[in-house]
Amino acid sequence: MNTVMQHTKDPLLRIAKRDGIARPWAYTIRIIAVLLSLVVSGVFIFAVTKLNPLQVYEAMFDGAFGTSRRSWVTIRDAMMLLCIGVGLAPAFKMKFWNIGAEGQILVGGIVTAGFMRFFGGSISTPALLVIMAVMSLLAGCVWGVIPATFKAFWNTNETLFTLMMNYVAIQITSYCVALWENPVGSNTVGVINQQTKYGWFPSIFGQANTLNVILVMLLTVGMFLYLKYSKQGYEITVVGDSVNTARYAGINVKKVTIRTMAISGAICGLAGFIAVAGASHTISTSTAGGRGFTAIIVAWLAQFNTFVMILISFLLVFLQKGAIQIASQFNLNDYASNIITGIILFFILGSEFFINYRVILRGGKEADGK
Amino acid sequence: MTSAQIIQLLQSAIQFGTVIMFGAIGEILTEKSGNLNLGVPGIMYLGGIAGLAASFFYEFNNPDPNKLICLLLSFLAAFLASALGGLVYSFLTITLRANQNVTGLTLTIFGGGVANFFGGGLNTMAGGVGQISVATTSAVYRANINNLTNLGTVGSLFFSYGFMVYLAIIAAVVMHFFLNRTRKGLNLRAVGENPATADAAGINVTRYKYLATCIGAGISGLGGLYYTMDYIKGTWANDGTIESLGWLAVALVIFATWRSVNAIWGSYLFGLLFWVYLVIPNLGRKDIELYKMLPYLVTIAVLIFISLRKKQENQPPASLGLAYFREER
Amino acid sequence: MEHAIAVQLKNITKRFGKVVANDSVNLEIRRGEILSLLGENGSGKTTLMNMLAGIYFPDEGEILVNGQVVTIASPKDAYAYGIGMIHQHFKLVDVFTAAENIVLGLEEEGKLDLKAASARITEICRKYGFHIEPSKKVYDMSVSEKQTVEIVKVLYRGADILILDEPTAVLTPQETDRLFDVMRNMKADGKAMVIITHKLHEVMDVSDRVAVLRKGQYIGDVATCDTSPQKLTDMMVGHAVTLNIDRPDPKNATPRLEVKNLTVYDAMGVKRLDDVNFTAMGGEILGIAGIAGSGQKELLESIAGLQPLQPGASIRYTPIGEGTSVDLVGKTPLQIKRAGVSLAFVPEDRLGMGLVGSLGMTGNMLLRSYRKGHGAFTDRKAPKKLAEEVKAELDVVTPSINFPVRRLSGGNVQKVLVGREIAQEPSVLMTAYAVRGLDINTSYTIYNLLTEQKMKGVAVIYVGEDLDVLLELCDRILVLCGGQVSGVVDARSTTKEDVGLLMTRFKKEAVEA
Repeated sequence: MNTVMQHTKDPLLRIAKRDGIARPWAYTIRIIAVLLSLVVSGVFIFAVTKLNPLQVYEAMFDGAFGTSRRSWVTIRDAMMLLCIGVGLAPAFKMKFWNIGAEGQILVGGIVTAGFMRFFGGSISTPALLVIMAVMSLLAGCVWGVIPATFKAFWNTNETLFTLMMNYVAIQITSYCVALWENPVGSNTVGVINQQTKYGWFPSIFGQANTLNVILVMLLTVGMFLYLKYSKQGYEITVVGDSVNTARYAGINVKKVTIRTMAISGAICGLAGFIAVAGASHTISTSTAGGRGFTAIIVAWLAQFNTFVMILISFLLVFLQKGAIQIASQFNLNDYASNIITGIILFFILGSEFFINYRVILRGGKEADGK
Repeated sequence: MTSAQIIQLLQSAIQFGTVIMFGAIGEILTEKSGNLNLGVPGIMYLGGIAGLAASFFYEFNNPDPNKLICLLLSFLAAFLASALGGLVYSFLTITLRANQNVTGLTLTIFGGGVANFFGGGLNTMAGGVGQISVATTSAVYRANINNLTNLGTVGSLFFSYGFMVYLAIIAAVVMHFFLNRTRKGLNLRAVGENPATADAAGINVTRYKYLATCIGAGISGLGGLYYTMDYIKGTWANDGTIESLGWLAVALVIFATWRSVNAIWGSYLFGLLFWVYLVIPNLGRKDIELYKMLPYLVTIAVLIFISLRKKQENQPPASLGLAYFREER
Repeated sequence: MEHAIAVQLKNITKRFGKVVANDSVNLEIRRGEILSLLGENGSGKTTLMNMLAGIYFPDEGEILVNGQVVTIASPKDAYAYGIGMIHQHFKLVDVFTAAENIVLGLEEEGKLDLKAASARITEICRKYGFHIEPSKKVYDMSVSEKQTVEIVKVLYRGADILILDEPTAVLTPQETDRLFDVMRNMKADGKAMVIITHKLHEVMDVSDRVAVLRKGQYIGDVATCDTSPQKLTDMMVGHAVTLNIDRPDPKNATPRLEVKNLTVYDAMGVKRLDDVNFTAMGGEILGIAGIAGSGQKELLESIAGLQPLQPGASIRYTPIGEGTSVDLVGKTPLQIKRAGVSLAFVPEDRLGMGLVGSLGMTGNMLLRSYRKGHGAFTDRKAPKKLAEEVKAELDVVTPSINFPVRRLSGGNVQKVLVGREIAQEPSVLMTAYAVRGLDINTSYTIYNLLTEQKMKGVAVIYVGEDLDVLLELCDRILVLCGGQVSGVVDARSTTKEDVGLLMTRFKKEAVEA
C-alpha cells in the first residue's frame, strides 16, 4: 500500500469485470449457490412443517426416485423440459427472446390430439405417429415464424409478441377442449383412445417412455452439433453477437432470424407432440403447464449448452417431484415445489454475478465471489 | 341487447380493467426505469395472498374485527409483500446484474408458488375452496356509494364499485403527473432511456431503479389485492387466473405505449373485449374461449403498429431490459 | 500573469484489466487558461479526464481541487467541485428537449419549472455567444447543436472547470471557429478549460498551455507560445517522425471500379451521398478524405452492397486479370464479396462491424470462409491455420487463438480484422480507419500491407482521418464534403492546405449563397 492511498477515501466496494475465470472455480461458485439455496429452502420447509429438513430432503428423493415408476415419471418429465430447452437454445443463442414456447407446445399438442382423436384406428399407429410428429413440428414452426417475421422486417419486440402468442394458443386450446369434450360436461378431453391406445407411443424394452428418451436425446445431441459445428449454427452465433457484423459478412439476417425461429418453434411443437402422444394422451391448457417458461431458465442457465441442460432439467424436475411427495406426505400442497424452484433459481441467477465480476473492497483487497 | 345488459357489461369491464390497471401502471413505473419485470403475475399473486392472509389471521383471531384495521392490514401487507418481490428482482438484476427476463420469469414461478401454497392452506382453514374467509375485510373493499344512495343508471355505472376502482384511476393520473411534471419523474425517465447519461448528470441510477421497481411492484400487487378482496369477494382459488391477468397487465403496458393515463381507458377496453361475449347472443361455451383471445390479439396489433410507425415517443424506454454498469469498457 | 491552480492530479494510475491506461500521471489545470491535453489516440487522455469527471475511479494517486484532496466517485461529486466534462459521445436523452436535458439531475428546490430554466438557458447563450432552442427535441438536432446543449448543460450547473473531449472531431471548420470563440469568451470569464485533442493546429490556435501524454504516461507541459507543432509532435510520438511511408509508383493501373451517379438516403430520409462519381484503379491506393460524417461510411457500404441505392447508380467492376466487367448494383453483399470486393471497416466501437466478439480469432477467420465446402458443417482447419498466420504476422497479442476477441485490446482487435481482410486476396480492398487507435509501429505494418496489396494489382481504397498519412500513403485522394465529391487530387503534388480547403468547399458555397 502506498502512502497516498491513506489520504484518499475510496468507495467501500467497487466492482470490476473479470478477465476470465477458471472453469472449476466457476462451477464451485455455482455449487455453493445451489447448496445455499437448499439451506434457505430447508429453513422455509422447517418454518412451515417444523420437520427436520434432512428428513424432508430424504422424502423428496424418495418422491423422485423411490420406485421404478416414480423414476420413470421423473425421467419422462425431465425429458420434456429438456426438449423444450433444446428447442429454445437456438433462438436464445441468436438473442431472440422466445418467451412463446408455452404457446408453441400447445399448438403442437392440439394438432397431435386432433389427429389422435380423428385418425386413431383408421391409420396404423406407426404411420399416425409420424404424421402427428410432422404436423406438430409444422404447427410449432408457424407459431414461431409469425413473431420472427415481424421481428425480421419491422423489428417488432419479440419478447412481448411471443408472450402474447402464448395466450392466443391457450384460448385455442380451451376452444378445442370444449369442442372435443369427453364425456360431455366434464370440460376435459379425457384420455384419448384409452382402450385402443391408437397413436400412443409404443412400449420399448417394456417401458412406455423409452421413445421419449430416445427422441429427446437425439434432439439434444443433434442441437449440440448444429449449434457448435454447422454453418447455420455459426450464422446464429454471428447474428446473436452483432447484427452489423452479420450483415457485413453477407449473412441474410432476416432469413436467419426466421429460419432459426422456425426450428425453435418446431422443436417446441414437437415437445407438444411428445407430451400428448408420449405422456398424458390428452390435451388441456396445462399440457404446457408453465414448462415453456421454466425451460427458458434451463436454456439460459446452461448458456445454450444442451448437455448442461440435461443436468439442470433433472435438477428442476427432481425438486418438483420431491416437493409433490413431501406435499402429500406431510399434508401440504404441490405448490411448495414452485417456491423451492424459485429459491434455487434465484440463487443460481445471483451466483452468475460472482463468475463474471469481482468485488474489490476498500483498500484494494479482492473478495472472490463469497 | 338491453340497456341492463350493456350496463352489466360495462361494470364487468371496469372491474376486470381495474385488476390489470394496477398491474400495468406499476409495471409502467418499473419499465420507465429500464427494468422489464416479467414477474408481474408473480407480484400480483404475492399482493393477493399477502392481503388475504393478513386480514384472514386478523379476522380469524378477532370475533369482532375493526373495519379500518382490516383495511390497513390487508392493504399494507399486499403492498409490502409485492414490493418485497420487486426488491428480490431489483437485487438480482440491478446489483447482481442477472438477466431481467429470466429473473422476472423466476419471480412469476416463485410468487405463484408462494400464493397458491398459502392460499391452499387458507382454504383448508376456512373450510374449503370458495369459502369466504375474510367477510369483514371484503365488505370494506366492496362498499360503494351506490348501495347507500340509489342513483339509478348513472349510479350503477359510475358509483357501484369499491374504492380501489377509483384509487386505480387516481394512481394512474398521479403517476402521469409524476413522470411528466416533476424533477424526479424526469430523472427516472432519463434512467430508463439512457442510464449512462443519467449517471453523468449526477443521478443515482441504482437508487432510482431500485425505488421505481419496488414501488412499481407494490402498485402492481394491489391488482392482486383488488382481485382477491373485491373481484372474487375475499376467497382464494388455485386456478391460475391471477397469472393470466398478470400477463394481460404486461400486455396493457404496451397497449398504453408506456403512458399511465392511457392505461385507464386501455384497461377498460381490455375488460370490454374480455367480457364482450356476454352480450353476443347464442354463443357456445367453446366460442366464448375464442372471444377471450381478443385482448391479446389487439395487443399484438398495437405492438405491430408501433413498430411500423416508429414514432420516437411511442417506443419502449430505450434501455429497457439492459443492465447498467458504469465502468463497462 | 500567474493563474490560480484549479485542479492538480498527482500520480494518477488507472488500469483496465492488464492494460495500464494511465501510469502515474501528474497534471495542473489553471483558471483563466485553456489547456490542451495532447496525445495520440489511445494515449490515455480521455481516461485521465474521465477520472476528474467521476466516470472512472483512479486505482492510485490523488486529485486536488483548489488545493484540497478530494474524492470524485461520481459525476455528481465532480459537479460539486465545479468540474464539468463534455464527452465525445454526447450524453443526451434523445426523446427529451434541450431544456429537459439541461436540467436533468439537478437538485434544486421547488417544482420542475421548464420555463424558468429556458430563460436561464437563453441568458447563458447570450453571455457566451451560443444559440440553442430550449424546446427542441434532441433527436431533431444537428451534431453541433447537441454539442452546444452539452456545453450549456455544464455551464448551467455552474461549472468553472470545463473539459472538452475532442470537441472538433464532429464539427465543420466554421463550427470549430465558433466553438473556439466561445471558449475564449469563457476563458475571459475566468473559467479553467481543458481541450482534449490530437490536432496540432487546434492546439496552436486556441490553447495557452499544452500537456502531452504518450502511452498513458505524462510527458510534460509547455506554454503554447514557446513551442511549435514540430516540437509537440516530438513530445507526442517520442522521437521525431517524418512519415517516411514507402510509396512505390503504381504499375499497370487499370480501372477496377467505376462508380457513377451514386446517391444514398439514410433511414431518416437524409441525403448522405449526392451523385458521387469516381474511378478506383487497380494497382493504386485511392485515399478518401473528409470531415467525419461526410459520407465515407455510406460510400464504402454502397460498394459492399450494404446500402440501398437511388435508381440510376452504376458501380462497374472489372476483376483482376482477364474477366468481363459487371455492375455491382443490385447484387447482394455475398455476391459482391465473392466477386472479390473486400471491406475492412473499423467502426468506433471496433467490434460493431466485422468481428464476432464472443468468438476467438479462429471463429472470426471463419466469418469469411464458413460457407466453403458442400456439407452442412464448417471446416475449422483452414481458419485455424489462417488465425495462426495472422497472429504471427501482425503480432497479435492474445493468450490463444480461441480467446474471445472482445477481451483483446483495441489495437489487437483491429489487427485481427485487417489481417483477415487482406488474407482474402481481394481485388478491391476497402479499409476505413484501419489504423485508428494503433501505435506507430503497427500503423506502419498496416501501411506496408496495403502497399503490398497495391503492388499486387489490387485497387485499395483507404478512408483515413490523418491528412499527413493520406498525403504520403495514397496515389490519389478523393475528397468528400457533405456527401459530394469536392475534388480528386494527385497525392504527390497536392498540399495539405488544398485538401483541407476541399473538405469544406461545398459548405462554404452554401454559406455564401
